[in-house]
Amino acid sequence: MYSASDLRKNLKIQIDGEPYVIVDFTFSKPGKGQSLYRCKLKNMINGNQFERTYRSVDTFEPANLREKKMQYLYQEDEKYCFMDTETYEQIYLTEGQVGDAKDFLSDNLDVDILFFGEEPIGITLPNFVDLTVTVAEPWAKGDSVTGKSKPIVVETGYSLQAPPFIEEGEKIRIDTRTGEYLTRVKE
Amino acid sequence: MMDSDWRLTKRKDALQIRAAMIRAIRGFFVERNFLEVETPIRVPAPAPEAHIDAIPSDGWYLHTSPELCMKRLLAAGYPRIFQITKCFRSAERGSRHLTEFTLLEWYESGIDYLRMMEVCEDLIVSVAHDLGHEGDLTYRGRSIAMHTPWERLSVKEAFRRHASLSMEEALGQDRFDEIMVGEIEPNIGTEGPAFLYDYPAALGALARVKRTDPTVAERFELYMGGLELANAFSELTDATEQRERFEEERKSRRTSGRTTYPIPNKFLEALPAMPESSGIALGIDRLAMIFADRESIDDVVTLTAEEL
Repeated sequence: MYSASDLRKNLKIQIDGEPYVIVDFTFSKPGKGQSLYRCKLKNMINGNQFERTYRSVDTFEPANLREKKMQYLYQEDEKYCFMDTETYEQIYLTEGQVGDAKDFLSDNLDVDILFFGEEPIGITLPNFVDLTVTVAEPWAKGDSVTGKSKPIVVETGYSLQAPPFIEEGEKIRIDTRTGEYLTRVKE
Repeated sequence: MMDSDWRLTKRKDALQIRAAMIRAIRGFFVERNFLEVETPIRVPAPAPEAHIDAIPSDGWYLHTSPELCMKRLLAAGYPRIFQITKCFRSAERGSRHLTEFTLLEWYESGIDYLRMMEVCEDLIVSVAHDLGHEGDLTYRGRSIAMHTPWERLSVKEAFRRHASLSMEEALGQDRFDEIMVGEIEPNIGTEGPAFLYDYPAALGALARVKRTDPTVAERFELYMGGLELANAFSELTDATEQRERFEEERKSRRTSGRTTYPIPNKFLEALPAMPESSGIALGIDRLAMIFADRESIDDVVTLTAEEL
């Protein structure tokens, strides 16, 4: 069982027998008042969303999902293909099921595919992925320690802010939970 | 070359503003003859409040605010004191909350909460000036009009204007906090900072009840840029009433299955000697969010617990 203080973005819980993922989360606590946990929940099967505010006394069942390690192969039209590297079984997820994870999917990335019963319904990314920078303005030297940043684009087409010394062709590590730059990766 | 931790590096501007802000705050109080104090962080009995949980520390607790110790100083003849200290509140974490956070708390004898609003205005205007802001501030793309006096709105009136039910109905249905967060907070202080005052008596365990209306406590909250920034009282100085209020808070904690804390007896013993005073706690991290124009509290501290 989860308690309200476990609630956070991307947590998966079960309501009325169906799996839901928290897609938006706000903790609030008006002065001297009680803790309120405002959640936007998305049904992981039909995609329906609703908002609800929970309190500290509320408890939650973890979603009854099975995870299987699979490898990302390719995207074709609006389907994303993943393969079990031991059995060579392949499954497909729709663009909607992949969601924001598409920003971090590079070829052969190992991910966890979520199954509700026999049906693949979603994806959990590793916390960190390494991606190649495809677009970055050249580095104007002297900017490195001021905390300034510049926009860059990585191989998946995802754009983010990075330190000024990052150049095209380099590999960087991104935290998939926040979508933020973490560090440069030396091959 | 090892890359530096980028998340820390890019906080540098915000941390510089935070440091300058704290210097300006100290300057403000020192100039006005306030004594800076440091009270113990680890205490045997935190203030028993219904919805604030303390973190245990070797049989005692980390304080959730320095309120009780500072009031003992007031009672012992320190009429103007301030403190900037780390406080700890269990399970409070979000984009505006850290379990370990920094509080500015100050007390002044001989004034009530209405006068305290003016001191609050003076402090923030003075800090803004010291940080080089002339005129209005901008926070997250929205302008904050700084000219005083700031808006003052009673909680009852705020419910009448902005909520789907009255304050009394909200209390009766145990929906006060929910309505406050969902319907009222988004609509107050939209032009400039605003004081919300006269809270239901049950929601100010250490505040004096208003003489002309015993259903409310002389308590206010300051909102600025959509953030709840400070909480103040005309302090309760009646020890008998204070003990009863603590017992009620303890009862509420027991009923909801929370840890009950020991009654802070040394504080209650000192209370009769405490002069009429007003006190206030202001979130340093949140004020830094405004002056550094940052969306998340994570961006104005060196390291969050999750980054350790």
